[in-house]
Amino acid sequence: MRHQKDRVIFTRKMRRDYTILVPTMLPMHFTLMASVFRKRGYKMEFLKDDGRNMGDVGIRYVHNDMCYPAIIVIGQLLDALLSGRYDKDQTALLIMQTGGGCRASNYLSLLRKALQRAGFPQVPVVSLNVAGLERNPGFKISPSMYGELATCVLYGDLLMLLRNQCRAREVNRGETDSLTNRWLETLDLQMRGPKVSRKTFRETMQKIVDDFAAIPRRQEQVVRVGIVGEIYVKYSPLGNNNLEEFLYQEGAEVVVPGLLDFCLYCVYNNVLDNRLYEMRKQSVIMWRWITGYLSRRKDDMIRILREDGHFDPPSSFGQIASLPDREACVGIGMKMGEGWLLTAEMLELCEMGVKNIVCTQPFGCLPNHIVGKGMMRPVKDRYTDVNIVAIDYDPGASKINQENRLKLMMANARKNIGL
Amino acid sequence: MSWELKLEQAASSYDPILLGMDIGSTTAKIVVVDRGKIVWQKYERHFSQVRKKAVELVTEAAPFLEGRRFCAALSGSAGLGLAKAADLPFVQEVFATGEVVEALEPDTDVVIELGGEDAKVIFFKGGMDERMNGTCAGGTGAFIDQMATLLSVSIEELDRLSLQYERLYPIASRCGVFAKSDIQPLLNQGARKEDLAASIYQAVVDQTIAGLAQGRRIEERVMFLGGPLHYCKGLRNRFQESLELSDDHAVFPEYGRFAVSLGAAIYAGKQKAFFTYEQWIGHLVNATSEQYGKVRHAPLFENKEDYENFLRRHDRARVPFRPITEYQGPAYLGIDCGSTTTKLVLIAPDGAILHSYYSSNQGDPIRVVQEQLLQIYERIESRITLAGTAVTGYGEELIQRAFHLDNGLVETMAHYRAARFFDPEVDFILDIGGQDMKCLAVKNHSIDSIILNEACSSGCGSFLETFAKALGYSVDEFARLGLFAHAPVDLGSRCTVFMNSSVKQAQKDGAGVGDISAGLSESIVKNALYKVLRVHSAEELGRNIVVQGGTFLNDAVLRAFERELNGQVVRPRIAGLMGAFGAALYAASVGSGTSSVLDKTALASFKHSAKTVTCKGCTNRCALTINTFSGNDRYISGNKCERGATLALGLEMSGKPEESIPNLYRFKREYLRSLAGKSNIGAPRTIGLPMSLGMFELAPLWHTVFTELGFNVLYSGFSDKKLYAKGQYTIPSDTACYPAKLMHGHIQKLLSQKVDAIFYPCLTYNMKDHEQSDNYYNCPVVAYYSEVLRGNMDALKETRFLYPYLSINDRKQLAKGLHANLSAHFPDVRKAAVDRAVRRGMESYLDWMKRIRAEGERALAVAREQGKRIIILAGRPYHVDPGICQGIDQLIESLGFVVITEDCVSPKVAPAKVRVLNQWVYHARLYNAARYVAVHDDCELVQLVSFGCGLDAITTDEVRSILDDAGKLYTQIKIDEISNLGAARIRLRSLLGALEERSATPKG
Repeated sequence: MRHQKDRVIFTRKMRRDYTILVPTMLPMHFTLMASVFRKRGYKMEFLKDDGRNMGDVGIRYVHNDMCYPAIIVIGQLLDALLSGRYDKDQTALLIMQTGGGCRASNYLSLLRKALQRAGFPQVPVVSLNVAGLERNPGFKISPSMYGELATCVLYGDLLMLLRNQCRAREVNRGETDSLTNRWLETLDLQMRGPKVSRKTFRETMQKIVDDFAAIPRRQEQVVRVGIVGEIYVKYSPLGNNNLEEFLYQEGAEVVVPGLLDFCLYCVYNNVLDNRLYEMRKQSVIMWRWITGYLSRRKDDMIRILREDGHFDPPSSFGQIASLPDREACVGIGMKMGEGWLLTAEMLELCEMGVKNIVCTQPFGCLPNHIVGKGMMRPVKDRYTDVNIVAIDYDPGASKINQENRLKLMMANARKNIGL
Repeated sequence: MSWELKLEQAASSYDPILLGMDIGSTTAKIVVVDRGKIVWQKYERHFSQVRKKAVELVTEAAPFLEGRRFCAALSGSAGLGLAKAADLPFVQEVFATGEVVEALEPDTDVVIELGGEDAKVIFFKGGMDERMNGTCAGGTGAFIDQMATLLSVSIEELDRLSLQYERLYPIASRCGVFAKSDIQPLLNQGARKEDLAASIYQAVVDQTIAGLAQGRRIEERVMFLGGPLHYCKGLRNRFQESLELSDDHAVFPEYGRFAVSLGAAIYAGKQKAFFTYEQWIGHLVNATSEQYGKVRHAPLFENKEDYENFLRRHDRARVPFRPITEYQGPAYLGIDCGSTTTKLVLIAPDGAILHSYYSSNQGDPIRVVQEQLLQIYERIESRITLAGTAVTGYGEELIQRAFHLDNGLVETMAHYRAARFFDPEVDFILDIGGQDMKCLAVKNHSIDSIILNEACSSGCGSFLETFAKALGYSVDEFARLGLFAHAPVDLGSRCTVFMNSSVKQAQKDGAGVGDISAGLSESIVKNALYKVLRVHSAEELGRNIVVQGGTFLNDAVLRAFERELNGQVVRPRIAGLMGAFGAALYAASVGSGTSSVLDKTALASFKHSAKTVTCKGCTNRCALTINTFSGNDRYISGNKCERGATLALGLEMSGKPEESIPNLYRFKREYLRSLAGKSNIGAPRTIGLPMSLGMFELAPLWHTVFTELGFNVLYSGFSDKKLYAKGQYTIPSDTACYPAKLMHGHIQKLLSQKVDAIFYPCLTYNMKDHEQSDNYYNCPVVAYYSEVLRGNMDALKETRFLYPYLSINDRKQLAKGLHANLSAHFPDVRKAAVDRAVRRGMESYLDWMKRIRAEGERALAVAREQGKRIIILAGRPYHVDPGICQGIDQLIESLGFVVITEDCVSPKVAPAKVRVLNQWVYHARLYNAARYVAVHDDCELVQLVSFGCGLDAITTDEVRSILDDAGKLYTQIKIDEISNLGAARIRLRSLLGALEERSATPKG
C-alpha cells in the first residue's frame, strides 16, 4: 500500500523486545494462535478488557459513522495504551485484516491515524492477513507458520463446535466448560512444542471428540440457533454483547460456523477472481493449492466427527461454496466483507436443519445490506420454515432492544418445535 | 362470529381466569379475562416507573383476582426486564400479538402494530413472518409525542388538526430526527399546522412501510393495533389511504390497545402458569431491580463550593445592561428567529443591552415577533429611535419580509460578531441551539472553518427540553437536578432516537432523574465533540473558546463540556441571545440611522396568512408556501430556485435562467436525458436501464452496446418521491443509502414500460481512473445491488433481469462475459456483434468522459473570465440525479457560483497522497478534487454525502484534512430523503459569508 510508506516498521529487533497487543475476537482460537508466535519468541498479549469504555475511547479517535468493530477494536487498543500498563516505546499492535472492497479494509489506516492523534506515533502496527498486504521484517509468517496457524484455527473450530453441541444438553452443569479449558491448555502446550504432524493432528482431534462424546447429555429436544454475520460481531463477545451466552441462557444450542471457512473464503476469492475476470493468472495455481490444502484439513475434522457419530459435523468447504449458486441466492462474485460466505452459511444452517438464525452486523454495514438483510427473503423463500432475525450492533444501540428481538426469535423457535 | 365469542371459545380450554399485562416503553396495559369475557382492562402511561405502575394496576384489578387462582404472564419491552427481575412468566409482545390474532381474527392477513418505540408488522398468510423495526427507525408513539411538542399542541389537538389537512408535505421518514429536520423549517416558513400534522402521520406510515414491508405487500385484511393507532384517527386514515384498503379490509378492533395484554393472557392460559393474587403481587413487589451494568460517570460537581466557583468564573462574561427607561438616543434591534426559539435584543450603539427577549416560538414565530415588536414600541416611546434592524436564523427571510427589517444575515456571521464582542481574540465558537450545532474556527480575525451538524446530530438541545417536559420539569429544574447527581448514566451519543431508548432503559434500571439529566448533558457534549467536530482534545479547538446557544445556559451541559475538554471556556451570560445580539451589532455597524421596519400602526393591523401550492416551474415540483402579509405583501418559501418564487407570484420569468453559465450538474443531466429516445426506436426488442447508482457514469457504454446490438434502450429517468414510493415496500434494509433505496422504484418504472429485459451488471471493479490508487473498486452497494433487487422484488420475474458479474477494464473479458450472459437469454446475439458493440460502447464512454472534462474546462474558463467563484460540488456520479441532490446545484448557482463536478478536475492533479486506503474509484476522485481546490484560490469544495454511505465516514475526514492543510474551508452537506434545503442553504450562505469576510481581511 503505497500511501503508507512512512509507517513505523516492525523491525527484527522489536521482535525480541516488544509486547504485541492483540484485540480478542475469538478467545479460544486466538489463545492457540498466540502459542505459534510465542514459541518463536514474540511477546503477545490479548486484550480482554470489557465494557462501554472501549466504545467511548473509540469514538474519540474514529469517525462515529465508521463501523462498530472499528470503533471498538481501535478503542480497545488505544485504551490499553492510554492505561499506562504498557511501555509505549516497547509495544506494538496487531490487527487481523482481510483486504477487499469493504470499508473494513481501512481499519489499519484508521488505527494509524488514531495513534498519531492520541500521541503514539512511534507504535508500530502489524497487519495479519492472508493477502500479504504489508511487509515487516520483524514479523514474517513462514509457510510452516501458516500451516500451524491453520491447525490452531481447526482446533478452535472443533472445540467451539463440540462445546456448543454439548453445553445446552449437559447433565452436569459446567462439565463442558471445564473439559474445554482442559483441552485448551493441552493444545496450547502442543502448539508450543515441535511441529504437529498430520498424524498427531488427527489423533488429537480424535481424542478431543472422544472426550466430549463422554460427557453425559440429555436427549431432549432443544432450540438450535445459528449465528452468522460480520466476522467481528459474529464472534466477539465484546462486539455482540455476549450473544452466545445470552442464547445459551435462553436454553438454545448455538451453532457458529467456524473461522476456517472464513479463511478459506478469503483464499478462494482469489481463485474466483481468476475464474470470473481472468485476474491473477500468475498466482492462481498457488491459491488453488491453498484452497485444496485447507479444505482437506477441514475434511479430516469432518470425517472424525462423522465416524464418531455423536455430533453434527459441519459441511465441507466445497459444499458450502456451492450453495449460493445451487440455491441461486447470491452470486459467488460478491466478495466484499463476508460476501457470499454469509449467505452460504445461512443456507448451510438451513440444510443442517438449524432453522433459527441470528444475522449480526454493525449498524449500517454495507456488504450486509446485500448478503445479510438483502438475502433473508430469498433464503426464506427456499426454506419457508426458517426464522431469521437481524441484529444491529452499535455503541448507541440499547441492549434491551436487541434482547427483545432475540426473545421474539426464541419464542417462535420454541413454538416451531412444539416446546 | 364476533371476536367476543371467539375469545370465549379460545378461553374455554384454559383456566377460567387469565391475567395479561403488557408494559411497553411508555404505557402499561392490564387485562383480566374471566370465563372468556374481559372483565377488567386499563391503559396508562407509566412514566418509566415500571414496577410501581405494575403493582398499581394489579392492585386495582384485585376484585377480580383476589381469592382465586389464575394464569398470568407479562409482556412488552419494559415487561421483559420486570419479568426477569420478578421471576414471572414473560411472552415477547409480537409473539403475544400473534397469539391473539390467531385466536380472535384468524382470517387476518397482516397486522400492523405501533407502540411507543417499536413498530411491528406481522404477516400471517403465505408463511408467517414477524418484523420489528431496526434500531434506527425507533420511535413511533414517542415520535408523535415529540412532534406534538414541536408544534406545541397536545396529542389530541394534533389528531384533530390532521383531519383538516389540505396537502401533504414530503417529510423524511427514515427516522424521527430526520423528520424533525424537515418539519422545523416548514414550521418556520409558516406552513399550516393542519397540513404538518397530517404530514407527520404520513411520515409514520411511510416509515412503517419502507422499514418493515421488506418485499411483502401489505394488503387484504389488515389489522391495526397499539396505542397510537387507537387514539389517532388521522393516523388511521393515512394508513388506510396509503395502503389503499377498503373499510372492510382495514380492521381497527376495539381491543386494539389491549391486544398484547390479551395475547399474554391467552399465552398464560396455554402455559398453565398458576398464581394467586398474593403470589403475583408478591413477585412484583419483591422484584430486584434489574441492573444492566450500565457504565456510570463521575458526578458533574463534587460539592456546592465547586459549583459556586464555576458560577463565579462564568459570571464574568457579561454585557452591560442599561435600563430602557433611562436611555435616550438611537438603538439597534437584532432578531434571531431560530428553529425552536425566537430572540430579540435591542442595543445602544456601544453594545449595552436595553431590552431582550427569549422564548419558544410556539410554532408561530411571526406572531411572537409581532407581539414583541409592539412591546418594544410601547417601551421606547419617543425617547429612542430604531436606527437599524437585522434578523438572522432559520426564519430570517420570512421575518425580514414580514416586518420590513433592514438587514438579514446568516446566523454563523451573527454568532461570530457576538462572540468577538466578548473576546476579540476568540478563536473558536461553539453554538448549540435547539436544532443545530454550529462551530466556527477563527484564524487571523476571519472565519477559518465552519462546521454544522448534519441531520443525525440535530435536535439535541430541543430534545433536552422535550424530555424535561415529559418528566414534568422545566429545563432549569431538570438541569439543576443533574448538577449534583451521584452517578450520571452513560446514554450513548449517536442521535436523539438512540438516546431516547437508552434513557428508557436507564430508567428501567432505576436511574434517577438527576442521573439522567447529567447523563444527557454529557451525551450532547460528546455528540458535539466527537460526532460533529471530530476533535480529540481541547487544544485542537483553540485557546479562546466561546460557547453559546440556549443549550449552554444549562450549567450541566456547560460543565460536561469543560470536563470533557479538560479546559475552561467562556460562556457569555447572554449565551442564548448571541444570535440576536450579533444581528443587532451588525445592524449598528451598517445602520444608516433610520429603519424601514413596520411602524406601530402598521404592526397593530398586521395580518399573516399562508397557503401552499406545488410549483410547476420544473421537475423539482417544490412545495411552495405562499405567505401573505397584511393583504398584499408576499413571501414565497420552499422553492429551490428563483424560478419558483417568480412563478408563484404570477410574474413572468425575465427570460430563461442563465443557461450560459456552466453548471456541470445540469450538463450531465441534459446529456443523460438526451440518451432516452436515441436508441433503436420501434425495434422489436427493448432493454431497460435503471438510471441509478453506477448507471449514471456508465450509461453511454451500455447505451451504445445495446443500441449496436439492435435493442431499443429504455430508461427509468430521474427519480422523485413518487418513484421512490413505488418501490419502497420492497426495500430489505432501511439503513441503506437513499440512492440504493431509489433503485427499487427505478425497477418498478422500467417494469411498467414492459421491457424485455432489465440490465444492471454486478461490477466489483470500476473503470481504472488512474494507475496510482491502491485499487479500483466500486462500493459494495453500487457493485452488488442487483443481488438485492433480484432477491426481493418479485415483480422482476415478469421480465429477464440481467446482472452478470463483469470486468469492464478489459474489453475482451467484457465482451466474453456479456456475450455469455446475453446469449443465454437472446440466442441470436453473436459474439462478433458483442465484440463490436463493446468496442463502440467503450468509445462512447471515453468520449463522454472527455466531454465532461471539456465542459469542466469551459466552466473554469467562464468563471475566471467573469470573476465568479467556483464550487466543486463533490459527490458521486449519481448525485446529479435531481431526486438525490434535491436542487442543491441550483441553489449554489443562485448564490452566484459556478458549479462543477469532482470528476472534471480529478484528472488534472497528480493522485492525492492520502492516509487511508484509496481503493474506490468514485472516492479517489474526491481526494483529487480536494487537492485541486487546495491549490486554486478561486475554487471551493462542497462535499455531498448520502446518509448511510459507510465509505464517506472515511472520505469526509480525509477530504477535510486535505482542505484544512491548505487553509481552505470544508463544507459538507448530508443528503437523504430530506427535501428541505434549509440546512444546505445555511451551510452555503455561511461559506459565502466566510469567503467574503476572508477576502475583506487582508491575508497575513
